Amino acid sequence: MKKTVFVGALSAAAFSAGLAHAQTTLETVQNRGELICGSNTGQAGFGAPDANGVWQGFDVGFCRALAAAVLNDPNAVTFVPLTSQTRFSALASSEVDVLARNTTWTFVRDVDLNLTFVGTNYYDGQGFMVTRDLGVSSALELDGATVCIETGTTTELNLADYFRVNNMSYEPVPVDTAAEAQQQYLAGACDVYTTDVSALASSRAAFAEPGDHAILPEVISKEPLGPVVRHGDDQWADIVQWTLFALIAAEELGVTSANVEELKAGSNNPEINRLLGVEGGFGEMFGLDNEWAARAIAAVGNYGELFASTIGDQTPIGLARGLNAQWTQGGLLYAPPFR
Amino acid sequence: MSDTHAQTVAFVRNEMIAPSDPPAREAGAVKWLRENLFSGVLNTFLTVVSLLIVWYALAAIGPWLLNSVWTAGSLAECRAILDGTSGACFSVITDRWHQLLFGFYPPQHYWRPVLALALLFAALAPVLFTALPRKLLLFTAIYPFVAYHLLWGGSVWFPVSVALGFVAGILAYLIVARVSTLIAVFAAILAPVFWWTFAAGAFDQTMSGILPLGLEFVRSDRFGGFLISLIIGISGISLSLPIGILLALGRQSDMVFLKSVCVVVIEFIRGVPLITLLFTASLLLNYFLPPGSAFDLILRVIIMVTLFASAYMAEVIRGGLAALPKGQYEAADALGLNYWKAQRLIIMPQALKISIPGIVNTFIGLFKDTTLVVFIGLLDPIGLSNAIRADTNWNGIYWELFIFIAALFFIFCFGMSRYSMYLERKLKTDHR
Repeated sequence: MKKTVFVGALSAAAFSAGLAHAQTTLETVQNRGELICGSNTGQAGFGAPDANGVWQGFDVGFCRALAAAVLNDPNAVTFVPLTSQTRFSALASSEVDVLARNTTWTFVRDVDLNLTFVGTNYYDGQGFMVTRDLGVSSALELDGATVCIETGTTTELNLADYFRVNNMSYEPVPVDTAAEAQQQYLAGACDVYTTDVSALASSRAAFAEPGDHAILPEVISKEPLGPVVRHGDDQWADIVQWTLFALIAAEELGVTSANVEELKAGSNNPEINRLLGVEGGFGEMFGLDNEWAARAIAAVGNYGELFASTIGDQTPIGLARGLNAQWTQGGLLYAPPFR
Repeated sequence: MSDTHAQTVAFVRNEMIAPSDPPAREAGAVKWLRENLFSGVLNTFLTVVSLLIVWYALAAIGPWLLNSVWTAGSLAECRAILDGTSGACFSVITDRWHQLLFGFYPPQHYWRPVLALALLFAALAPVLFTALPRKLLLFTAIYPFVAYHLLWGGSVWFPVSVALGFVAGILAYLIVARVSTLIAVFAAILAPVFWWTFAAGAFDQTMSGILPLGLEFVRSDRFGGFLISLIIGISGISLSLPIGILLALGRQSDMVFLKSVCVVVIEFIRGVPLITLLFTASLLLNYFLPPGSAFDLILRVIIMVTLFASAYMAEVIRGGLAALPKGQYEAADALGLNYWKAQRLIIMPQALKISIPGIVNTFIGLFKDTTLVVFIGLLDPIGLSNAIRADTNWNGIYWELFIFIAALFFIFCFGMSRYSMYLERKLKTDHR
């Protein structure tokens, strides 16, 4: 890798530009033997390196499942930490193969930025946190409040919309990271801290006195967060999309990392058989082998297992399933049939 | 004589009085205080106000620092130990100091960056202190290749093959210089380019095949923390000085083409914020390169930071050149020195001496600017502080990390500033 840098970067650039464009993302990833996954610079529970430098988290788990499906090795992933400002350019310029980094699916991002959102792996919504001393019990009482808000995210726009619709005014205190927001909020620089409810919950859990702070009941926006790929490579988009669906369907069908090996031998449920590649030959249709989904599930578990081990209510983040339960449990998770 | 007065004057002292101490208010600490702190109404007022401010700051921070916890395993544990009292939780440093220093560099290889840093001082010594033997400069010349191999590892023949390119350039210059100096300059540029393009790769492969030597390869994405700041800062500093000198000379040149190129480069780069160049390095360059060609991000950043610092350096040195009296140039001409000899022996030593404070200023600024790489997702100490906070054990910790990072940066910046003052004193030849 370093050799091309010094010796032939320029000639290689001129030479192979046309040639390499013909390569699909799948071929690129397989030739490289490694998936490059755009990740968070550090968000508790969703994606961050641990004390040993190993990336852990909910979005990270999705990338590992994808790597297991495509490359048969959940550890063949390089995580590239991306900020809110650089994430889309990094994806568009092929710096990363897939972006799995708390990214809200919106019209402009999907259409105008030439990205493809393959689905939703976490349904979030924007909320408000206030100190109990403020005596506020509803977001509609926040007229004239100072609000800590992270720049470069959809929350900034939602906030403006919400206050305009309800004919209220606010004073924004722009901050760059969640840590800065917490610090400003605790120091009293703003009355209200607004961001996705999941992040509010994990912030509040880290406070010295969590009981002094309340998350208001209003959820003012829809924040469907999901993996993103570039426009123009439908095969790759399908692979990423159906890897996500495979994890969700596995939970619905009761396939777990514990019993996947056993079920791979064949079961009397034809949909499980198709999912795990016993029948149907689905993997071959998009250029993988038929056990792709079985490997993804074996690597990180099904959606429910991944959720429980990274952000679920047994973890310090402590998020309830809520909207992210299966459709059969009153949630929004609904994988199309494997047929 | 004594007899004369014995009759006329009632008393004459025959021995000297022992000298008495000066009045209390004119000596020692009291005098110093009176002169420096309480010399007038206004100054007394300012002294009292300053003392109050210092007192308040210490009263606020002191207990917090003194009551710090160093052994807890998480922020919650820290809070339990502090039990409601105010205190810093430096346990995060004891838990993660290795990450703040080395990023994700494999722990069993920590000796490599440490050795590289130690050798850096050895390589710098002959440059910084003229009393040392000049032959040590040879080590300085090979240090970059040694450091590269120590940090990244891989086959030892790769840095050797790159270094041989420079040797090829020098040889080509020496051989062709007998014919013509101008052609020799071109030969010195072309020879290494040819070597790197056509021969270096093959040489590397063959030698690796014959004698596979080398350390374990460490990928760039394992680099982080203060290591990345030092790599970027030191490469930027050591490359920007020579490039800056060349740009400054080019800008002063009489050759119109050369001069315009230098002016455009300097003004363009100075006119663009560093963060823009970094975004270009991290995002834009990849649009031009073929997909899949992994052009190392750290290398891209080093190139951009070097360009940026060089433009500033060029202007600092131009200031030094402009401060030299015209007589110095004329004297060099009168001695019959050619351009390079005049620059090397007469102009540059004086111009650089004048520019030392500005040069060191640029160095320090550059070193601190390396923290901007956090915006392109490199995990420098600031970026790592975010990553550390994303660990549920340390979510909510804030000042302790910044205090540690600030202390690290202070040591290096203060060191540079002290050295520049030493250098100025040593080179002072006037009698002001």
